[in-house]
Amino acid sequence: MAAAETKPRRDGAGGAGSLAAPLALLMRLVDWPMRALQRLIGERRMAYVFILPNLAFFSLFVFLPLLINFVFSVTGGAGLFPSERPFVGAQQYGYLFDCGSFLDPSSCREDHFWRGVANTARFTIFQVTAMVLLSLLTAVVLNMKIRARGFFRAVYFFPVLLSPVVVALTWKWILQRDGLLNAAITSLGGERILFLVDPGWAMFWIVFVSIWAHMGFYTLILLAGLQAIPADLYEAAEMDATPRWRVFWRITLPLLWPNMIVVIVLALIRGVQTFDEVFVLTGGGPGTATLMIVHYIYETAFANQVQNFGLAAAASVVLGVVLFALTLAQLAASRRKGAA
Amino acid sequence: MSRSGGNKLTRMMAARRKPGRWHWTDIAAYAYLALGVVLMFGPVLWLGLSSFKTQAGLLEFPPSLLPMSQKEVAVPGQAQKLPLFEVEMPDGSKRVLAQIRRVGIQAQMVDPANPGEVIRVPIDKRSPVREFKLATENYTEPLERFAFTRFLWNSVFVTLVATIITLIINSMAAYALSIYEFKGKTAVMLMVIGTLMIPITIILVPVYLVITKLGLVNSLWAVILPGAATPTGVFLLRQYMLTLPRDLIEAARMDKASEWQIYWRIVMPLAMPALAVLAIFSIMWRWNEFLWPLAVLTKTESYTLQIGLNAFQGELQTQWHYLLAMTVVTLLPVALVFVFLQRFITTGIANTGMK
Repeated sequence: MAAAETKPRRDGAGGAGSLAAPLALLMRLVDWPMRALQRLIGERRMAYVFILPNLAFFSLFVFLPLLINFVFSVTGGAGLFPSERPFVGAQQYGYLFDCGSFLDPSSCREDHFWRGVANTARFTIFQVTAMVLLSLLTAVVLNMKIRARGFFRAVYFFPVLLSPVVVALTWKWILQRDGLLNAAITSLGGERILFLVDPGWAMFWIVFVSIWAHMGFYTLILLAGLQAIPADLYEAAEMDATPRWRVFWRITLPLLWPNMIVVIVLALIRGVQTFDEVFVLTGGGPGTATLMIVHYIYETAFANQVQNFGLAAAASVVLGVVLFALTLAQLAASRRKGAA
Repeated sequence: MSRSGGNKLTRMMAARRKPGRWHWTDIAAYAYLALGVVLMFGPVLWLGLSSFKTQAGLLEFPPSLLPMSQKEVAVPGQAQKLPLFEVEMPDGSKRVLAQIRRVGIQAQMVDPANPGEVIRVPIDKRSPVREFKLATENYTEPLERFAFTRFLWNSVFVTLVATIITLIINSMAAYALSIYEFKGKTAVMLMVIGTLMIPITIILVPVYLVITKLGLVNSLWAVILPGAATPTGVFLLRQYMLTLPRDLIEAARMDKASEWQIYWRIVMPLAMPALAVLAIFSIMWRWNEFLWPLAVLTKTESYTLQIGLNAFQGELQTQWHYLLAMTVVTLLPVALVFVFLQRFITTGIANTGMK
C-alpha cells in the first residue's frame, strides 16, 4: 500500500467533489453535539460513541437475526412475526431430516433440500478441486519471468469484478441453442448440444462458469504467497541445476502450502453458498439438477406460493453449522500459517 | 534466477542453459497465457459484439462475428426502404436489386437505378447484401421503453448512498478501535470477527423480518442498510489507522481539538488510501449484489439493475437484443473501475484476503 499512498488522496477528493461539500458541512454541524457529549463523558469514553453506529448495525442486521433464526426454526405456522408463530420444537428439523435413505433424495419428505445438498456437495467437490489446481497453475505461470505480466494478471482477474448476473448472461448467450459454442460445434461437423437442458452438461457448465468467474481471486492470493518465497532459495536451486519440476515439489509447494490451505477453505466456504450465477444461468434446472442449498432456502422462504419461513430457517441453521465447521478449519489453518 | 554474474558457478550455469534460450516450460507458459486471454476475454468481447446486432442478426445461425445487417435503399415510388440483394440472373450475370415483396418462391425486385421495371426472381437466386452496422437502438430504445432507467437510477442510488454510509460508520469504528484503549475493546473486536462468519445466506429470513418491522420492504433502504457495517471495512481501516503517527493526535488534543474533529479533520484525510480501497470494494459489492435484493425487492419500480436484468431474462420471449445491451451497460461501470483502479483492488485483496 506504500506505493499507493500519494495518488489516492487526489483521486478520492476529486471523485467525491460534489458530495464532499455538503458532507463537510454535515460533519461540522455534528461537531457541536459531539463536543458537548465529550465534555459530559470525557475524552476516553468517546470511543463508545464512535463504535456505536457500527455495533448498532451489526446487532440489528447480524446478531439479532442470528437469534431470530433459531426462533423461526423451532416455530411453525405461516406468520412472519415470532409472536404469531406457535412453538413446534424440533419439528422443522424433523421434516428436513425425514428421509427413507439419505443417499436417495426422492425418499425424503423435503426432497428438494436433499437434492440441494447432493448437488451442492457434487458442485463444491468438482469446483474447488479444479479451481485450486487451475489457480495454482495460473499463479505459478504468472510468477515466472514473463513479458507483460501485469496484463496477463489482469486478464485472469477481471471476471472477479463482474456481477454474477452479467457472468451468467454472458455465458447463457454463448451456451444457448443457437449460440457461439454450438456454431463452433456444427461447423466442425458435430450435432448441436442443448447444454443447459441436459442435466450432466448443466452441472458441468455451472462448475466451469463459476471457476471462470472466481479463479482470479484465488490466483491473486496464491501469487502473493509465491512472491513471498525468498528468491535466494531459487537461486541456490539453480546453481545446483535442479530440474524445474523438482524445484516446484521441493521448494514452491511446501512453502506455499499455508496459502493453499487458506485458498481451499475459502473456496469451500464460498462453494457451499453458491447461488447467484447458478440461479440466473440454469434456474436450478433442468428439473432440480442444479438446485443448490441456498436456492432451496430462498425458494422455501420467498419464491414458493406458500412461504415457509420455519423450514427455510431450519435449513439456514444446518447450512450455518456447516459453514461454522469450515470457518473453524480456516482459523486452525491460518494459525498454522502464523506459526510457520 | 540471476543469469549474469562474475563468478565461475554462474558462468558454468550460463553454459548449460544458454541465456535467451527457451526452456520448454516458457513456451508452455505463453501458450497457457494465450489460451487464457481467449477464454477470459472472448466471452465478454462476444457479448459486446452481439449487443450491437439487430434482432434479426441475433437470430442468425451460424452467427456472424461482427454486427452485420442487410443494406437498405430508398427507391423512388416506394413508401419504405427496400432491402438489397445480389441476384444471379438467368444469363449468369449478377445484379444488385432491391426487393419490393416476396410472393411464395418468387420475389418481386426492382433495380434502384431504374425503378419502373419490376423483375421477378426465384428466391434461391438472391443473397442479401450486408454491411457493417451497429444497432445502437438496442441501447437507446430500452432507455425509453422499459423501466430500465428506473433500475439504473436505483442501482446508482443504492451504490452511492450505501458506500457513503459504509465509509463513515466503518471508519468511526476503526478510529475507536485503533486510537483508544477502552473497556470491552476485546469483546468488540471479537464481535467484529464474529460477523465475518455470518454471511447473509444463513440469516436471510430473519433479516427480512427486521426489514419488515422497520417498514422498509420494497424500499431501497432495505438493500442499503443491512450490509452497511462490514467487518472487512473495519479491519482494513483499523490496520491502516494503527500506522498513523500518534504524536499528531496528541498535538491536536493539546490544541483543544475535539475528538470528533480529530477523527474528521486529521485521521480521515490521513487514512485516504485505505478509505479509497474500501470505497472501491463497497461500490463493487453494492453494484453487483444479488441474493438479498432479490429476496427483499418484489416491486418492479424498486428493482436494481441486477434484479431487473434477471427478471427480464426470465421472461417467456427473451428479447436478447435488449438484454445483451443492458448487460453491457451493467458491466460498464465495473469495467471502468477496473481499468483505472486495478492496483487498489489487487492490493486490497492481497492485504485482507477478502473481496
